[in-house]
Amino acid sequence: MSKSNLTRRGVLKTGAVAGAGVALPTIFTSSASAFTNDPGSASTVKFGFNVPQTGPYADEGMDELRAQELAVEHINGMGDGGMLNTFSSKALDGTGLLGKKVEFVTGDTQTKSDAARASAKSMIEKDGVIMINGGSSSGVAIAVQGLCQDAGIIFMAGLTHSNDTTGKDKKRNGFRHFFNAYMSGAALAPVLAKQYGKDRRAYHLTADYTWGWTQEESIAAATEALGWETVQKERTPFGVGDYSSYITPVLNSGADVLILNHYGRDMINSINQAVQFGLRDKMVNGKQFEIVVPLYSELMAEGAGEAIKGVYGSMNWNWQLTDEGTKAFVKSFGEKYGRPPSNSAQTCYVQTVLYADAVARAGSFNPCAVVEALEGFEFDGLGNGPTLYRADDHQCFKDVLVMKGKENPTNQFDILEIVDITPRAQVEYAPDHPMFAGGDLGECNPGA
Amino acid sequence: MDAILLQILNGLDKGSAYAMIALGLTLIFGTLGVVNFAHGALFMIGAFCAVTLNRILNLSYTVVDETQKDFLGNPLKVDVPYVKGIFGDAFGNAIIDWSVPLAILFSIPIMLAVGYAMERGLIKHFYKRPHADQILVTFGLAIVMQEIVKYFFGANPIPTPAPDALKGSIDFGVLVGLDVNAVVYPAWRFVYFCFAALVIGGVFAFLQFTTFGMVVRAGMADRETVGLLGINIDRRFTIMFGIAAAVAGLAGVMYAPINSPNYHMGMDFLVLSFVVVVVGGMGSLPGAVAAGFLLGILESFASMNEVKALLPGIDQIIIYLVAIIILLTRPRGLMGRKGVMED
Repeated sequence: MSKSNLTRRGVLKTGAVAGAGVALPTIFTSSASAFTNDPGSASTVKFGFNVPQTGPYADEGMDELRAQELAVEHINGMGDGGMLNTFSSKALDGTGLLGKKVEFVTGDTQTKSDAARASAKSMIEKDGVIMINGGSSSGVAIAVQGLCQDAGIIFMAGLTHSNDTTGKDKKRNGFRHFFNAYMSGAALAPVLAKQYGKDRRAYHLTADYTWGWTQEESIAAATEALGWETVQKERTPFGVGDYSSYITPVLNSGADVLILNHYGRDMINSINQAVQFGLRDKMVNGKQFEIVVPLYSELMAEGAGEAIKGVYGSMNWNWQLTDEGTKAFVKSFGEKYGRPPSNSAQTCYVQTVLYADAVARAGSFNPCAVVEALEGFEFDGLGNGPTLYRADDHQCFKDVLVMKGKENPTNQFDILEIVDITPRAQVEYAPDHPMFAGGDLGECNPGA
Repeated sequence: MDAILLQILNGLDKGSAYAMIALGLTLIFGTLGVVNFAHGALFMIGAFCAVTLNRILNLSYTVVDETQKDFLGNPLKVDVPYVKGIFGDAFGNAIIDWSVPLAILFSIPIMLAVGYAMERGLIKHFYKRPHADQILVTFGLAIVMQEIVKYFFGANPIPTPAPDALKGSIDFGVLVGLDVNAVVYPAWRFVYFCFAALVIGGVFAFLQFTTFGMVVRAGMADRETVGLLGINIDRRFTIMFGIAAAVAGLAGVMYAPINSPNYHMGMDFLVLSFVVVVVGGMGSLPGAVAAGFLLGILESFASMNEVKALLPGIDQIIIYLVAIIILLTRPRGLMGRKGVMED
């Protein structure tokens, strides 16, 4: 019979020594780097572009990718420089970023939060990206923003319009240039009241996730404040395709306005089907039935075709603006891709440039230095007039556009017209506004 | 009254798709005894026949039109489809515009071939195997077909428009003496219903009034005896498989303008179509058609706000609820025959 010398104390001692040994390299690694994915002395630095390449918002995602690629070209000194020539900050000189060439990797969010998180995680851990930029879909943006906060990466949100992104789910490492649902309501409601009168009954069809909910809340509050009544708020599953069973109940609801809180291909399907079921030809309560799409995009309008003629909505930016920044961007983008950029493309381009500029001004890739450079930053020349990155919630404040589907388009891209440029003051709100309450930016996380 | 009429109409187009897919499923089950989980994929392939023909007809060359300017002020580049170059502007445009109805002709030989290849290449090896094996192999086949389509066409839905003349609406209210604009129904959805009625009627007529159909019906009733009479029933059943595939494919072709085709659309319909088959009665062709329309219309009524106010969420579960009730009260389904799936 063999005798074992194994004692409880011996096992503990051996375990402690082994544990310290295993932990040692990690301790050295973390002290070597002050923040996640520090490029150190490498000659390149990598950005991660996480956009929907599949799913109902894929058209927007593909346009975002075009703009992101263009932004990297301009930062590296290729092409005509685009908005870098009109940007009020002159920290970027077209030689890359702090002496490093910018590279990028792309990921497909599939317009799903879990896929977007997996893609972002892979970019951070395997590709070593220093910043993630992308959207579309607020569900995705909020999920990735949370991940970036935990990982110590800067998240420059792309197209995300839910109040929650810079409301209850805001994070210190996350920044949004795009406008939000509250701003859409504040800009759109007065125009709607002027066009359709103050005695209207609205029926909401709403995409059933964070963006749809906050847009429904914002538009209903803004229109009710002007005298409209909300008849019904109906939630529709994301990416449902056939909306006929949601549209037919509208016909007998007594509503005389249908508000479509849908985006991307969902909106293309719902508005086309609403028109096919004769909604726009109906007279209800002695008034012409109207459809409103609070959040517009050029790509959606293109997809919806005839159905959007005369339909009102709001946008963050449009290529038909006449400021110098817009002209420079439309020229660069148009010459490279043969089409004008969408507002989702513009926001991603601007966000990539703003991040690079913040790094250049801060003289560091450290996320906390970048956060400091972006908070309270005021700039101009990027297409939306004078803009503020508010420090309290990391939301950009600028003018908002009210748009209308053009009655007589002259070409494929001439489908929307700018009805009103709502001044920034009209869409501003207090950081503790009830629709944005409950969140906390928390502390900057450099990670590592 | 107008609300009820509209819900009935609205149920008809979905019911038409359910009925056509379920009819094919039942045909295959009734003839070959195979539970075909790849049938939804055949519906999807039909829809992609419409997409493919549309793309072929839109193959273009580029010309520069100096008289027009693009958004940057440069001369406009215009894509001219070859079809227009060959047939002239007016006729070329008409061919492209009517690409979905033309895809009916395009899809029939393709679907017959796909059905034939599926049956001879794979499914015939599983006739004597348990239903569970058949379900697994056909389900696997459906996934393979989906992935092939995804590889070539991508994962995004591809808009495939109906002809301009059929894009508008029909004012049904006026036809039945109601007010103008009281019941407006999309024209293409009505076309879809008429087309489905025609296809379903055609299949029944084929089985009822042709010698081939008579033999197939005899084979469905007693395969062994028909075989003993010296008739090659297997060959006829293979042809029936091709016909069932073509019916599912045609349902898919015409559905393309209603819901932009994507690689996953077959799966969305498959589960519901199986419920339709079970409710109608396994092996019963009239049962499948009747149950298809019945469940389509019930689903439509369940989406009315008045109904949802009483029973929240009923629109999502109505089909399954009806299936449970029918299976509890009539285990063979509405028109199921004794002895089918009961051995």
